[in-house]
Amino acid sequence: MLTTYREALRLGLRQALLADPRVLLMGEDVGRYGGTYAVSKGLLDEFGPHRVRDTPLSESGFVGCGIGAAINGLRPIVEVMTVNFSLLALDQIVNNAATLRHMSGGQVGVPVVLRMTSGAGRQLAAQHSHSLEVWYAHVPGLRVLAPATVEDAHGMLLTAMQCPDPVVIFEHAMLLNTDGELPDPPPAVALEGAAVRRSGTDLSLITYGGSLPRCLVAASQLASEGIEAEVLDLRCLRPLDVDAISASVRRTRRALVVDEGWKTCGLAAEIIALLVEQVFFELDAPPARVCSTEVPMPYAKHLEDAALPNAARIVEAARALMHP
Amino acid sequence: MPSFGADMDAARFVQWQVKPGQALKRGDVVAVVETQKGAIDVELWHDGTMARLLAQPGQEIPVGDVLAVLAGEGEDWQQLAAAPVAATVAAPPAAPPTQAQAPPASTAPTASVAAQHARMSPAARQRAQALGVDIEALAAQMPERVVALADVERAATTAAAAAPSRSTAMRAAIGAAMTRSWREIPHYHVGCEIVVEEPLRALEAFNRDRPVNERVLFAAVLLRAVAQAASDTPTLNGRFENGVFQPADAVHLGVVTSLRGGGLVVPTVHDAHRLSLSELMSQLRAVLERARNAQLRSSDLADSTLSVSHLGDLGAETVQGVIYPPQVALVGLGRVVLRPAVVNGQVVAARTLHASLAGDHRVSDGLVGSRFLAALTARLKTLEPGS
Repeated sequence: MLTTYREALRLGLRQALLADPRVLLMGEDVGRYGGTYAVSKGLLDEFGPHRVRDTPLSESGFVGCGIGAAINGLRPIVEVMTVNFSLLALDQIVNNAATLRHMSGGQVGVPVVLRMTSGAGRQLAAQHSHSLEVWYAHVPGLRVLAPATVEDAHGMLLTAMQCPDPVVIFEHAMLLNTDGELPDPPPAVALEGAAVRRSGTDLSLITYGGSLPRCLVAASQLASEGIEAEVLDLRCLRPLDVDAISASVRRTRRALVVDEGWKTCGLAAEIIALLVEQVFFELDAPPARVCSTEVPMPYAKHLEDAALPNAARIVEAARALMHP
Repeated sequence: MPSFGADMDAARFVQWQVKPGQALKRGDVVAVVETQKGAIDVELWHDGTMARLLAQPGQEIPVGDVLAVLAGEGEDWQQLAAAPVAATVAAPPAAPPTQAQAPPASTAPTASVAAQHARMSPAARQRAQALGVDIEALAAQMPERVVALADVERAATTAAAAAPSRSTAMRAAIGAAMTRSWREIPHYHVGCEIVVEEPLRALEAFNRDRPVNERVLFAAVLLRAVAQAASDTPTLNGRFENGVFQPADAVHLGVVTSLRGGGLVVPTVHDAHRLSLSELMSQLRAVLERARNAQLRSSDLADSTLSVSHLGDLGAETVQGVIYPPQVALVGLGRVVLRPAVVNGQVVAARTLHASLAGDHRVSDGLVGSRFLAALTARLKTLEPGS
């Protein structure tokens, strides 16, 4: 069934709410407004205000509530409108959700699922558009997911509901309207492991989330030039699938990491460090990265476009990698 | 780089079998090099501790160049390893002076490129080592680019296509050695027929009760007789180098051996004059097996003092050989044939063979050659297997 990413997310939420009475959805505008990105439209009518709760504009407050509810036996899904806003709740997420199992000697788990939008492309400027996935991928105690396909958008939420520890799911704003084939019934998916989305022999495009479609477009264009790029979708940003990353680059011997985050101290840097540790002697070119330009995300359309990774920049970097 | 014969002037270094700091004994195999005669195990001539390995896989190294530094007894190998190596590579002959001195500027870019660290990918470096490609040389050809895996693979393919096959290279090497011999050595040839009925019968009796793997071939009988006759005739056994003949103390017999794929090698049976028949046979068997499997060791090829060309049962009746420099004689042995021979005044059918001696007139005369053949005939009157 052809399904949009948004519909797949909604289907996942609905199934989670139907499957377990302990599950509730909470966040800003998730109820009456149907979600800022219209993901939860209709859920308030179906499940009522106890299960689908609009919260005040206080990220620290409602994320903390979600963590408390999880500690006390519920299975909350907390939607934070964008990753930029989630910074107000960093204390709750990093100092509480991520640490309590460790600090209580295993007595207290925090089975909360935190969903947040990330990424640019909708002219929402520098306070609504960043890709800060790496801030969370840095933190032990969290599992960090970046579904890039409809199957993962639907399935990752449902599998995350089974996870006894906090899970952060990043939903890229530019993926919401993309569509894909969702099998009926949709398959269960794992919360770890990268996936090869296109096989190739000449270089590995290593990416995740909103950059996956750009990489697939770039790979088609490269193929028309005789360069066969493999596209590896990381899916899970913590823990990283080191084996799959290494295996892909062992095959292709060239790595280009495409990450909408900033380059400095970013996920791409981490992946390249892993490659240098694991496959240095098999590399045929220095690993490269395409990241967002190091500026606060501009509002103006042409500047926003210029700041983001796109297929043309990926193709150009891939060509340079083939002829060092 | 040791010489494995007058026909060798360089070899391609394949790999080290030892590491710095390793204690070694004379005769230990330390490296493998590739020559026209196949891959050859390089053995050590002295006891010592390996200090520093200089040769790199893939390098074409001239005979006489330094492969490694070995610390002798009482020497500190680590100190030697740190010390600069004197004259590792013989300087190429100075270019003839041209009409005008080349401006220094023209050499500067090359020098600076060479001085820089050549840029090559780790994968390329690894593959180059596996394929025996000289990646530094490849990098020097493409200073503007990084040497990548594909460049190494291309270079290996091109080199394989361009390199003459081993049989072509071997033929060229044989040609060079024989041309040099024919040009430099004033050959004389003497020959005689030898009745070998007696030793053949004795050998048949000797072999009768022995298991197959202990039986002795007539070739071993002949080689032993040649070695003993040579030790009776010292002016035929040795090496002529730098205008001087140096007789050898022992007879190290070079056995001219045809290879199945064509070409020749001349592996050595050492101290052949001192060996019993069974000892000589087992040495001959071992060295021929190594020759046919292209697994010769450096000591198999290095130091023969006299060579024998014996084409065996399928060969011609007479062999008039060409001396293998720097030796000064070569013994040619024909096929054993049944002939009418006069034995004790009677004409009888007897197995005989024709023996010839090619001698170097700079060192000996036909009379010496005749004396050798007489000694050989005497040695073949009977069979004394030795202990």
